[in-house]
Amino acid sequence: MTGKIRGISGPTVHVDLKGLKLFERVYVGRDMLTGEVVRLQEDGAVVQVYESTSGLGVGEPVKGAGMPLTVRLGPGIISGMFDGLQRPLERLRDVMGPFIISGREIYAIDYTAKWLFSPSKKIGDDIAPGEIIGFVQERQFKHFITARNTTSKKLSWIADGEITLGDSFARFEDGEEIMGCFEWPVRIPRPYRRKLPSSGALVTGQRSIDFLFPFARGGTAILPGGFGTGKTVLEQAIAKFADVDIVVYVGCGERGNEMAEMIEEFQTLKDPWSGKQLMERTILVVNTSNMPVAAREASIYTAVTMAEYYRDMGYHVLFLADSISRWAEALREISASLEEMPAEEGYPTYLASRLAGFLERAGVVETMSGAIGSLTMILSVSPPGGDFTEPVAQACLRTGGVFLMLDTSLAHRRHFPAINWFQSYSLYSKKTTLYYNDKVSPEWEKMQLRCREILQKEESLREIAEIIGIEGLQDADRLLMKVAGMVRTDFLSQNSFTEDAFSPPEKTFSIIKGILDFYDSELGKLKEKPSHVE
Amino acid sequence: MRLSEHRYRTVSSLAGSLLFVQNVFEARIGEVVNVLAPDGRSMVGEVLRIEGGTVLVEVYGETSGLDIGHTTVVFTDSVRKAPLSPEIIGRVFNGSFEPIDGAPMFIPEKQEPVNGFPINPAARARPREFIETGYSVIDGLNTLVKGQKLPIFSCAGLPSKEMVAGILTNARLTEGGGKFTVVFAALGLTFHEYSYYMEVLEGMKTGFVAFANMADKPVMERLLAPRFALTAAEYLAFDKGMDVLVIITDMTNYCDALREISTSREELPGRRGYPGYMYSDLASLFERAGRIRGGKGSVTMLPVVTMPEDDITHPIPDLTGYITEGQIVLSRDLHQVNIFPPVDVLPSLSRLMQKGIGAGRTREDHRSISNHLYKYYAAGRDLRRLEAIVGRDAMTKNDILMLDFADAFEREFVNQGLSRRSISETLDTGLDLMKRFSLDTS
Ligand SMILES: Nc1ncnc2c1ncn2[C@@H]1O[C@H](COP(=O)(O)OP(=O)(O)OP(=O)(O)O)[C@@H](O)[C@H]1O
Ligand SMILES: [Mg+2]
Repeated sequence: MTGKIRGISGPTVHVDLKGLKLFERVYVGRDMLTGEVVRLQEDGAVVQVYESTSGLGVGEPVKGAGMPLTVRLGPGIISGMFDGLQRPLERLRDVMGPFIISGREIYAIDYTAKWLFSPSKKIGDDIAPGEIIGFVQERQFKHFITARNTTSKKLSWIADGEITLGDSFARFEDGEEIMGCFEWPVRIPRPYRRKLPSSGALVTGQRSIDFLFPFARGGTAILPGGFGTGKTVLEQAIAKFADVDIVVYVGCGERGNEMAEMIEEFQTLKDPWSGKQLMERTILVVNTSNMPVAAREASIYTAVTMAEYYRDMGYHVLFLADSISRWAEALREISASLEEMPAEEGYPTYLASRLAGFLERAGVVETMSGAIGSLTMILSVSPPGGDFTEPVAQACLRTGGVFLMLDTSLAHRRHFPAINWFQSYSLYSKKTTLYYNDKVSPEWEKMQLRCREILQKEESLREIAEIIGIEGLQDADRLLMKVAGMVRTDFLSQNSFTEDAFSPPEKTFSIIKGILDFYDSELGKLKEKPSHVE
Repeated sequence: MRLSEHRYRTVSSLAGSLLFVQNVFEARIGEVVNVLAPDGRSMVGEVLRIEGGTVLVEVYGETSGLDIGHTTVVFTDSVRKAPLSPEIIGRVFNGSFEPIDGAPMFIPEKQEPVNGFPINPAARARPREFIETGYSVIDGLNTLVKGQKLPIFSCAGLPSKEMVAGILTNARLTEGGGKFTVVFAALGLTFHEYSYYMEVLEGMKTGFVAFANMADKPVMERLLAPRFALTAAEYLAFDKGMDVLVIITDMTNYCDALREISTSREELPGRRGYPGYMYSDLASLFERAGRIRGGKGSVTMLPVVTMPEDDITHPIPDLTGYITEGQIVLSRDLHQVNIFPPVDVLPSLSRLMQKGIGAGRTREDHRSISNHLYKYYAAGRDLRRLEAIVGRDAMTKNDILMLDFADAFEREFVNQGLSRRSISETLDTGLDLMKRFSLDTS
């Protein structure tokens, strides 16, 4: 089915093609730029183009793909680096040079690479929908191959040994084949049997998080903060050290240099849990701020679909996006070019529901094959002017389970991570505290309460101290101020560029215990000594 | 490709710099058009929007004198390109890339689209090589590295012009660093500023290419000038292997032009009237800074932003800060006590500094000196508030020492007037200062 371009305005293109479906993928122009149908009209359709439309002309051909925007799922994605449409950036560089010049489509998956397939089923076995039929070894992971039939069927043939993704892995009696890879529409969540309540702590190796605002596997966390407050450094630190199997990181509308840095580090640093190179457990999706805006909008969906795919194999997957505000801005630009009625600050009225729908893709699930997998989400938010009342931060707040407010004044004092300990919260505290009490020390919770108390007291004393000077305080108060200072600088601060970047829970515990023991012993000394005369 | 130019006399309406042309055959987005006024003047425009045969064109020049009926629009079938040649070095152009230094136009070796192409993130090399600006407060505490974008946040009335002049004259690479060139783009210049900068350029020892967009030129040219500058910079860097420092002043004029044009297009205004796409638009400029893995050359950017109402949360500095890799913040207080450059160290930060300093890059003790200076100065600054409340006499000896150190740091380390300091002089100045106050530097 082909037609012609009738009009162009920014990234939106009017085409005269009829019979397209909403959200169908469309190839636009002679360069076959990727687009998506966003509106159907009597005389044709409006297509959102995912690449730069500069130079695109009226009259150029358009063609419907017959399916929505999809990603390719199969072995070989891990340690890959893709743009917002899942084009592999390294191969793109090899064919196009250092600049991304055209919208040429390149598949994410290499169909010629050889894999070793170990079947776990045999001829004659009954296969239920979503059942695992075997695996290939993808780096340190068993990459399970699942059947995608809709009703139970018998296998008439199954491969064993060396295979490429172009080959079929198994065949049913009715002739239907099971392939090693397939396409999945990015905007449709992958199916699972049922959702389970989020369970267990997700250890991040960041003291202020694990101790004060713990993450849960399958949960969501929101990190809002003005520029330079440490969102990226914190997300990358978590991506390095979190106790998960697989990490999917989206550089959404942010800096290219940051990504270069991340790639370099992830190729040299080791995952502290498995001892393997970090990149070997990581998938990067990168759509920097100067890459096409519409592909930026798609990038988080591309990424989360890959994350769900590995979750479906029973892995614990961590999804991080930096920054969701840039995604929302892309949504706003698209909405404006469609001349939709804007709501607050020009964002479309569906901003909050889209975001909520997206965050719903996090969770712990029982997969179609009966395994337990989890998908945890961490999103940074970049509020304009550091003003948290703006629509994106507000929409995130309503759905996030952990809220880490990054504070510009802490960042200016170079207290990092600049997590404001009064305004941040975790809704997972109860459950995860049980985990740490059990795994690290039964004193975990008690110490957590004391730590909070000390910080509270310091705050109320600080005002007085600012007026009369610290020397004017009573001994006990002065001691408290000193201990609070230790909590802040020796415990909560954690420089990501030193050895201290990763703090396993045991270390976290021993530092805070050291400080509190010191406090107790000094308090004891004060009691022995007669307090000074009033 | 169309085989011939298409000429139309079908302008159906005109408003400000926008004109509608009817019955156009197969126009392209971003296509350059030449608009011929009835009085024989010619100006350049660009296709903004197409709906069937109706094309919306934005004209760069002065549109008064255009009419319906006699105005001719010529479609060129090409997007806006910059002419390039090694001969651009040492030349001064206006915002439309026409020479204004009296010498004739050069013969281009090639043409490249002014919007450039995004660097593939997988092809980027991590910035890590030091560029010396000659200012201690930058080199010592907020080090600039090749491929970085580091803006100067100024306020109206502060000497950002003099600071830029200093960098133009003094910036260089360390020994064996490569071929260094400055691309200078001045946007919305008054004649007074223009004369000032021309004098500075004349005294320059390094190679330069300058683009001067005057305040009385049509606002479209203000959007175009930095794109020409960056296309020239990318050419010198990635085609010719040079290390190019791009200085753009003043991005606030650029953003105001963007707002003006967006309003004239009747687009939905965002914060303070600036368009919602300003982040992406600024990023399309700033992200052109970088280095390429396995290649020579680099583009480093030092844009100047004047913060309206001294407000760092204003959309212009705010969005800039969200894109750049740090910021150098100027302070009115320091300027008032005659400290030059009046850089406030506390809110300033170079995010890429860590990898660019130390042994083999600057000096082994750089990191330690810089951390200590920052720490002591921050402590001293904190105490100024207490001093204001309780008075100096009520403070401990140690507190007074820190207060005095902060003063000395501003007067002797930050302040350097018009002199140039090498990185070694910078570090020694800092070290000596701390020794004089018997501060621990280990
Ligand atoms: N945990 C940390 N340890 C040490 N330094 C840090 C830490 N976090 C942030 N910083 C410092 O703050 C700078 C800015 O941090 P980062 O790039 O993460 O900010 P951001 O919030 O992502 O800003 P933007 O919104 O502009 O992207 C870093 O370059 C680094 O100098
Ligand atoms: Mg960031």
